[in-house]
Amino acid sequence: MPLLSVTDLKTHYQSRDGLLRSLDGVDLFVERGETVGLVGESGCGKSTLGKTLLRLVDPTAGRIEFKGEDITRVDQRRLRSVRKSIQMIFQDPFASLNPRHTIGEILEAPLVVHKAGDSAERRGIVAGIVSKVGLPADSINRYPHEFSGGQRQRIGIARALLLNPELIVCDEPVSALDLSIQAQILNLLVEMKKEFGLSYIFISHDLSVVRYFCDRVMVMYLGRIVESADNETLWSDPCHPYTRALMEAVPDPSRPRHAAPLGGDLPSPSNIPSGCRFHTRCPLATDRCRAEEPEFRSIAPGHEVACHFADSIN
Amino acid sequence: MAPLLQVENLTIGFPRAEPVRNLSFEVAEGETLAIVGESGSGKSLTALALMQLLPRAARVSSGRITFDEQDLLTLDASQMRRLRGREIGMIFQEPMTSLNPVMTIGRQISEVLKVHEKLSGRAARARAIELLNLVRIPGADKRVDDYPHQLSGGMRQRVMIAMAVACRPKLLIADEPTTALDVTIQAQVLDLLDTLRRELQMAVVLITHDLGVVAQWADRVVVMYAGRKVEQALPDDLFKDPLHPYTRGLLAASPRLKNDFHYRDGALTEIPGSIVSAVGEAGCPFRPRCTQARASCGHHIPPLTVPAPDRLVACPFTSSIKAVPDAVALRY
Repeated sequence: MPLLSVTDLKTHYQSRDGLLRSLDGVDLFVERGETVGLVGESGCGKSTLGKTLLRLVDPTAGRIEFKGEDITRVDQRRLRSVRKSIQMIFQDPFASLNPRHTIGEILEAPLVVHKAGDSAERRGIVAGIVSKVGLPADSINRYPHEFSGGQRQRIGIARALLLNPELIVCDEPVSALDLSIQAQILNLLVEMKKEFGLSYIFISHDLSVVRYFCDRVMVMYLGRIVESADNETLWSDPCHPYTRALMEAVPDPSRPRHAAPLGGDLPSPSNIPSGCRFHTRCPLATDRCRAEEPEFRSIAPGHEVACHFADSIN
Repeated sequence: MAPLLQVENLTIGFPRAEPVRNLSFEVAEGETLAIVGESGSGKSLTALALMQLLPRAARVSSGRITFDEQDLLTLDASQMRRLRGREIGMIFQEPMTSLNPVMTIGRQISEVLKVHEKLSGRAARARAIELLNLVRIPGADKRVDDYPHQLSGGMRQRVMIAMAVACRPKLLIADEPTTALDVTIQAQVLDLLDTLRRELQMAVVLITHDLGVVAQWADRVVVMYAGRKVEQALPDDLFKDPLHPYTRGLLAASPRLKNDFHYRDGALTEIPGSIVSAVGEAGCPFRPRCTQARASCGHHIPPLTVPAPDRLVACPFTSSIKAVPDAVALRY
C-alpha cells in the first residue's frame, strides 16, 4: 500500500472569469521513502495540488488516501492528527515565519498545538531539531529578520520536522535561494530524509534540481499530469512534447544555444483548450489532438504519457 | 576605438558600508556583458549607479563612469534625464512593479516617446503599436489599450523591453530580466533581447545569477562577490576552466540537467557559510567560505591578475590549487 494515493483529484475555484480548473483530474501515489517531483510552469496547478493534499484547500472531487485512510472529507479534529504526519515547506520562508516571534516560540507552537510533552520537554525537542538542521544553538532567542535566506529555510525545515512527519510537501523550497545556498539546503533535505525515513513531494519549476533530487517525476500541464516516469527514464526518454520543450528551455553551459522551444503562454485554467490541452502550443499537434483528449496511458512499465503520439515521438 | 561604456574603480558607499568596491569593466558597442553574482554581490547597485538611480543613502564615493565619451558622474540631473531612456535603457526583474497599474501600456510606451522624441500623441501611439509588434506581442493594435494586469508575466516583460528600446538606446541594462519567469518564457524573452540587440545594434549589460543564462547569451562574463570583481572571462573559458575558488564552487554546487548525478550517488558540493561573512573581512572577501584559504589570504585583498588572454582573476593561488576534488565538479 502506498503511503499516499490520490485518485482523480479536482480542485476548482470560482472566479470572476468563470470556473478555474486549477486541478483537473490528477492521479498520483507516493511510496514510503520515495521523493516524487512535480514540475511544470507557473499556473499548471502544482502548488494547488500541494495545498489540496494537506487539505489547506478543499478538493472539488476525487479522493486522497493517506496510509489507507480516506482523508478527503475527514473533520477538523481528525485532520489535525493527519497533518502531524504530512507537513509542508514553503518557498519563501520569511513570509511563513511570524516576525514578532522568536525562533524558539515559532518552533514550540506546533508542539503546543499537538500537546507534545511539558514545557521542558518541548524546549528539549526544539533545541534538538535546531542543531539537527545546522542552526546555531542561540538561534532560539533570535527573530526571523536576523537570519539569512538559507538559515530561514533551515528554520522552515526544522518546523516541518518537529512532529515526526512521514511525508513532507516541499513547495519550491530552494527557488528563492542563491545558488551557493541551494546546495546546502538540498543536502540537508537529503540527510533528513535518510535520518527520519521521510517521503517527499517536491514541487519545483527547476528541472535541474528535480533531476538531482527526485526518484520519480510527474510533469503537469494545466491541471493534469501529462507524463510520469522514474527519474532516469524521464530524462533519457521524455515522450511528451511538453516535457521535451521544458527540458530544451533550460539554458545549459554544455549545449549551444537554440531557438526557444515553446511559443506563447500557458492558457488560462478558466478556458482549457479542447482535445489535448497542450495542442495550442504543441509543435506536433494534428486535428486529432484538437478534437480528442489523449488518455494517460502506460507506454512502458512505470512510464505513462498523455499524448496520442507518444510512441512515435522519437 | 574607445569602449561604449567604461567603468573605472567604481566604489559605492552607504553611510556604514561599501557594497561595491573598486569595480572596473568595459562594454564594447553591440556586446553582451554578463555580470553574475548572488544577492549581496553588488551587481544590482552597479546597474543603478550606471543609471544614476542609486537609493538616496548611497552614493558613488569614487571612480569614473564613461559612456559614449561622456563622464556620467559630472552630468547634472537634467542632462542625465535626457540620457536615461534615450541613450541607456533599463529593464528590471519584476515588470509588474515597474509598470504603472492604472495606465494602459500604450500610454506608458507613448510617454517615453513624447518626452524624448517629442512625438505627438497620435504618432506616439502608432509608434507604440510598432514597438509592441517589434517585441512580438500578438494583436498589438488591440493590446496597446490593455492595462498591465491583463497581461501575463512574459508579456509584461515584453512591454518593459518595448519601453526600454523605444528610443533605440546604445546600451540596455537588463537586471535579472527573466528571473521571475518560467524557463519556457525565459527562453522566449532572451531570444527577443538578443534579436533586438542585433537589429538595433545595442550593447547589453545582463545582470543575472543564472550561470546557464550566462553561458548561452553572454559574450563576456564578470563574476562578482561581495562588491568586487573576482573573475572575468569568455563564457567558454569560464565554464571549461573556472579559476576563482568562488566560481569553481558555484559550478560545482549547481545541479545540471545534462548530468546524471543523483542524490543517491552523493551530496552536492557546498559552498559553506553565506555572503554575510564577507562583512568587515580584511583580506579576500571570499576567505571565510573558501576551502583553499591560507593564512596570507587574510592579509590583503588579492589584486586582479591576468592568468591568460581575455581573463582576469582575483586569487593568487589559482595555478596551485587543484581542481575541486569532487565527483560533481569533475563532470564539467
